[in-house]
Amino acid sequence: MTAPAPATKQPPVAVAADHGGREAARARARALTSLISRNGAVAVLVLVVLLGALLVPSFGKPDNLRNVALAASFIGIIAAGMTFVIICGGIDLSVGSTYALATIISAMYAPRGSFIAVGYALLAAGLVGLIQGLIIARLRLPAFIVTLAGLTGVRGLVYYITNEGNDHPQIEGFRAFETLGTGSLATIGTPVWIMLVVFAIGWWVLNRTPFGQSVQAVGGNQGAAELMGLPVKRTQTIVYVVSGLCAGLSGILTTALSGGGQEARIGDAYELSAIAAVVIGGTLLSGGVGSMVGTLAGVLLLFVIQNLIVQGANLNSYVQQVVSGGFLLVVVILQAVLSRRAGTADT
Amino acid sequence: MTTLAANLRDRTAIAAWTREHGVYLALLVLVVFNAIATPNFLTVDTVQLLFSQVPPVIIVSLGMALVIGTGGVDLSVGSIMAIASAVLAKFVTGGSPIGVAMLAAVAAGLLVGVFNGLVVAIARVQPIVATLGVLVAGRGIALVITGGALVELFVPVFKDIRLGKFLGIPYVMIVAALLAVAVSFLVRRTAFGYRLLAVGGNRRASVLAGLPVRRTLVVVYAISGTLAAVAGVIATARLRASDPSYIGLLMELTAITAVVVGGTSLTGGRVRILGTVTGAILIQLLETTLVSHNAPDSVARMVEALIIIAAVYIQRPARSSR
Repeated sequence: MTAPAPATKQPPVAVAADHGGREAARARARALTSLISRNGAVAVLVLVVLLGALLVPSFGKPDNLRNVALAASFIGIIAAGMTFVIICGGIDLSVGSTYALATIISAMYAPRGSFIAVGYALLAAGLVGLIQGLIIARLRLPAFIVTLAGLTGVRGLVYYITNEGNDHPQIEGFRAFETLGTGSLATIGTPVWIMLVVFAIGWWVLNRTPFGQSVQAVGGNQGAAELMGLPVKRTQTIVYVVSGLCAGLSGILTTALSGGGQEARIGDAYELSAIAAVVIGGTLLSGGVGSMVGTLAGVLLLFVIQNLIVQGANLNSYVQQVVSGGFLLVVVILQAVLSRRAGTADT
Repeated sequence: MTTLAANLRDRTAIAAWTREHGVYLALLVLVVFNAIATPNFLTVDTVQLLFSQVPPVIIVSLGMALVIGTGGVDLSVGSIMAIASAVLAKFVTGGSPIGVAMLAAVAAGLLVGVFNGLVVAIARVQPIVATLGVLVAGRGIALVITGGALVELFVPVFKDIRLGKFLGIPYVMIVAALLAVAVSFLVRRTAFGYRLLAVGGNRRASVLAGLPVRRTLVVVYAISGTLAAVAGVIATARLRASDPSYIGLLMELTAITAVVVGGTSLTGGRVRILGTVTGAILIQLLETTLVSHNAPDSVARMVEALIIIAAVYIQRPARSSR
């Protein structure tokens, strides 16, 4: 990819005395636009929630907000893993299928105990990530294609273990792990808390650990990361395992919430929502730059907007689709324009 | 020593040959397998069936190959097919002549393609995200146009599109072949083709060399949108109805697979048209083969995944060239 190098920013130091004021103003404007483009999702989220609460009475009700957060938590957890992959310069199209695999496996093994059900589902999801990561990192095949094959192949596997989609394994009787989905703490559903914990851990790993630094370095410039002696291949492999595990966790929570009985096609196109959330959150698809907070805001924004359309405008699902896609386009176009203002001269 | 060196040279030569021609080899293997293992495979009927099924995939893949040649990707092709189908239905049920309806459908695809191109070239949004937005919104637009329902269409011309043959070859296959020749000519023999490859190879250098990069990108996405719309019209004629929630579904993945299996690299700067056409035929034949051997859908998907990985593995660039 021939992405424009953001490194060619000129130093913000004022060059000559008579241009000092102008330069400083320009630097301030640049800092402002970069702040907006980096934290735009958070700002827009706050704005949209405030406007929504004011204009649509049913939106601001605690029950409704709780439901929005609960609905967002499943894509949210997937998007957290996706953030790592994208910052590392890759992409994971397989998450929807991996999510489905974990959903089905955790329901299938529920009769053998909660621990086994959760363990097997996570193991399967982690393995999917590991295999893809190894192929991408060791064989140097493009992530887009490898995970595209993953999307197809793992979905095939889901159909295979569900007898071509005819079995809908259910959790019979009460299982401890159901509380993962149905429980609540301070009136907020457990999946929401789990999502917040995942994002907190994700933030810490990305910003405060050597592994997180490697992820950013590899995504920013793989060649340079190699020359610096960073474990490039291991980092690339691990991010796909992380993404697989996140998709798996999300699938387990879905089964826990619903008690199983899911269709084999569950999670179809989740990869698109997760990627959209990450991109809206300000993480660049070219790699190297991104933020967990942004992704969290991006996911919430997607679901808040959907909810507002349903609550406020009472539009049918087709128009919702148009609005979701249109919203994504508006956000990414604004981001592209703003980040270019803040960064390099246009080529 | 000399034999070792010669042996080594031979082996790299074989590797290079399979890298270049892997897709033709794979198609040959599949045909031979079918000739042996599938009863009644080597008949005119089989070929005619294949030639009536594969054209939409070929046509969409041609546009996709051009987009991928510029280093981009077009995820919106499936939704464009749906939009074209919906527009076609709207015009036909509105009483327009079928020719006008088809033109309107193709024009709709052209418009969406131009929009994609503008977002990618002028706003400089990454192609995956730009066309992802259109993938989501586009199918919604198609559903809004028809009101979400399947619209049955009784148009005599559709029967010709479905069943018409010239010298035993289905019309739609002839159209696909002509389009392939045209796109191939465009890439190899025109200044536009060279610009396209230059942009895909190195956008910055193309800008510095004074090439009209933006215009080139817009035209490429416009071509992709137009071709997708043509495929949408054919798919509608085959279905005898417009079903926007079904037509073109997951076509973007099939087309990308055909292009990549055909030996075009996702990094851009190179386009292989014959490879793309062969890739599309390979995928369709693979599906037909699995169906005729009663392989369940689940197994078919897993096999397809393995084929994709194997194809890109065989064609991966040699390590020394990186």
